[in-house]
Amino acid sequence: MGTAAESGFREATEVPTGRLGMWWFLASELVIFGGLIATYLLFRWRHPEWGAESVHTINAAGAFNTLVLLTSSLTMVLAHAAVERGDLARAVRNLSFTFLGGVIFLVVKVYEYTHEIQEGFTPLTNLFWSFYYGMTGLHALHVVGGMVAMMVVRSAVAKGRDPQRVEFVGLYWHFVDVVWIFLFPLLYLSS
Amino acid sequence: MTTAAAHAHPESFLRTYVFSTDHKTIAKQYLVTGIFMGIVGGLLSYVIRMQLANPGQSIPGYGVIGPQQYNALVTMHGTIMIFWVAMPILLAALANFLIPLMIGAKDMAFPRLNMMSFWVFFLSTVVLLVSFFVPGGAAAGGWTSYPPLSGTAAYSGGQWGVTLWLLAVALEFVAFLMGGINFITTAINLRAPGMRLFDMPLMVWMQVAAAVIFLFSVGPLIAGALLLLLDRLAGTGFYAPAAGGDPILFQHLFWFFGHPEVYVILLPGFGVIAEILPVFSRKPIFGYRMIVYATIITGILSFIVWAHHQFIAGIDPRLATPFSITTILISVPVAVILFSFIATLYRGSIELASPMLFALGTLAVFLLGGVTGIHLGVAATDIYFHDTYFVVAHFHYTLIPPVAFGFFAASYFWFPKMFGRMLNERLAHVHFWLTFVFMNLTFLPQFKLGFMGHQRRIVTPTFFEALRTPEVEQLQSMATVGAVCLLLSQILFFANVAWSLRRGEKAAPNPWRANTLEWTTPSPPGHGNFDTAPVVYRGPYEYSPPGRSEDWFPQNLAPEKGAGS
Repeated sequence: MGTAAESGFREATEVPTGRLGMWWFLASELVIFGGLIATYLLFRWRHPEWGAESVHTINAAGAFNTLVLLTSSLTMVLAHAAVERGDLARAVRNLSFTFLGGVIFLVVKVYEYTHEIQEGFTPLTNLFWSFYYGMTGLHALHVVGGMVAMMVVRSAVAKGRDPQRVEFVGLYWHFVDVVWIFLFPLLYLSS
Repeated sequence: MTTAAAHAHPESFLRTYVFSTDHKTIAKQYLVTGIFMGIVGGLLSYVIRMQLANPGQSIPGYGVIGPQQYNALVTMHGTIMIFWVAMPILLAALANFLIPLMIGAKDMAFPRLNMMSFWVFFLSTVVLLVSFFVPGGAAAGGWTSYPPLSGTAAYSGGQWGVTLWLLAVALEFVAFLMGGINFITTAINLRAPGMRLFDMPLMVWMQVAAAVIFLFSVGPLIAGALLLLLDRLAGTGFYAPAAGGDPILFQHLFWFFGHPEVYVILLPGFGVIAEILPVFSRKPIFGYRMIVYATIITGILSFIVWAHHQFIAGIDPRLATPFSITTILISVPVAVILFSFIATLYRGSIELASPMLFALGTLAVFLLGGVTGIHLGVAATDIYFHDTYFVVAHFHYTLIPPVAFGFFAASYFWFPKMFGRMLNERLAHVHFWLTFVFMNLTFLPQFKLGFMGHQRRIVTPTFFEALRTPEVEQLQSMATVGAVCLLLSQILFFANVAWSLRRGEKAAPNPWRANTLEWTTPSPPGHGNFDTAPVVYRGPYEYSPPGRSEDWFPQNLAPEKGAGS
């Protein structure tokens, strides 16, 4: 999609068309999570007793995952910076680190789900857990989506094609990161 | 026809006609799918109307209809007409065809995303059509799919109907998000040299506004639909009061999208009118910037009116007044647009060609739809009118103008550009008058029925003693005669298209002597649209400019050296 410039399309605003498209895409994603978070907040205010439920989430795991995602955002920025300098090998390496961050995040999340379900907190236990699994699950799907996109971009950049896409997939990855920054306190810490 | 493109770039049949990335081909794909679904939706309304005029009698071509079937028909009629006719035709087909041509671009910003958008849409169409044939039948909870009716299989009559409905709608939303991102990005970045934002034809403004409104309003409903799907499939209780959930929540999420959606459909219809009125009045559009600003204000206000759909749903009564006020407020920018259109006609040299007839018809019919909206926007009167035929008449008077009249106006106007042939003008005039008369015959009686307290969504009105009067039966029969004749009148349009595609007069590049860039391309335009990249020197509506022998001034015509302006 970053091929717009190569195929001779005009960029009337001097903003790369791919970046423009990505921002609008993120805007559409923002309102999906925004709607979900607003819905959760309205319920949360009506149910102060949910505080007792969120005690059973694993704060340490959530905090560790926050750190993992923030670090992966850092390597993403480094990848973008490497592209700017024209150092594609370094960009590819940093994309791999970012991908690894996604893997670690998902492994921890799977551990959490397993632990919680064994403790008897399933998506059907009550509405708090429905929200917990629904929101973190949708977020995890976005992490997976971001990782797939990252792999596609990585293999292209490794062959020296479309390096500008590192920036676009980076924007998306930061967005996924920011969503988690909201989910972590709302679901884990709000006891 | 499209073979012009095939000659220029010899590509396989599959690439040219099926998995094409050419915006014009994708527009035609959306158009054909939308028209096909329009026929399906029209046939459903035929069954509905026949049942209402002769409750319980066997309907020719269908048979006797039961309550569950009736609910499914009403649900699917609404769903199809909004999501699978209005959206693909007014947004996807028109925006795809016109945006690149009008701004002087070779194609969309993301051609492959564009192709994907259509095929996801196509998949959603298949899923929706399949839902007619699953055990328990299609979704029957209304086009709004409120829980609890849609919440569990026990209420919705079957497990599959509503589940497939949700899946189809979700896919459709994904398709239009991809399309919308494309439209917005294209209009921002791919404008021809010299074309500033305020040189864009209003159609482009309207399409971009519609895409932005859609993009910002649909998210919460996607989240809401996801929760509903979890309720149905996993057994969570987001909308089930027994589990601590709240069914009203879905209404909020639905209408937070559902009301802006009205403007998503209306604005492209207005765009069509804005292009046609100046051409057939030979006058610049009245208040170009005013219309743009009014469109933006309409878009913003459309996000804070949604609860007027829920005045009797048990929302906090203190919310009723603020939402009544915002609802009345939104009629101000819409009226600004309408009055600007009417002022465009003032002292113009008006030519009543077929596109113009349908454009004027849109204004006339929409006026009645808009005025009756005030009765429904104010809580005090809405409590009486809610869920009566007054509502049915009202939203058909607001949506038929952009969707049907707007589509026909656009067809008669841009058909020569799209297919390189003129449509038959005399047939078009007959088509207009029949459509206009029978549309009113169908829906005017329904206002009266609503005044009389006739509820909607009931399969056998005669079941209720108050509705067993000769007057009710007479009005219902009038509406049914109108609807059947309205459907039959459309044969004229299809006959016209079928005949003109082969025998129609060959179209010149600019048969209407219009200014905008699409008319500088050959009819039909080939692959890449423009032989030489256009440069824009002026706005789109400079008709009858002083000091010029012709009464139009194309956007790309270089000013003569030495001449004043």
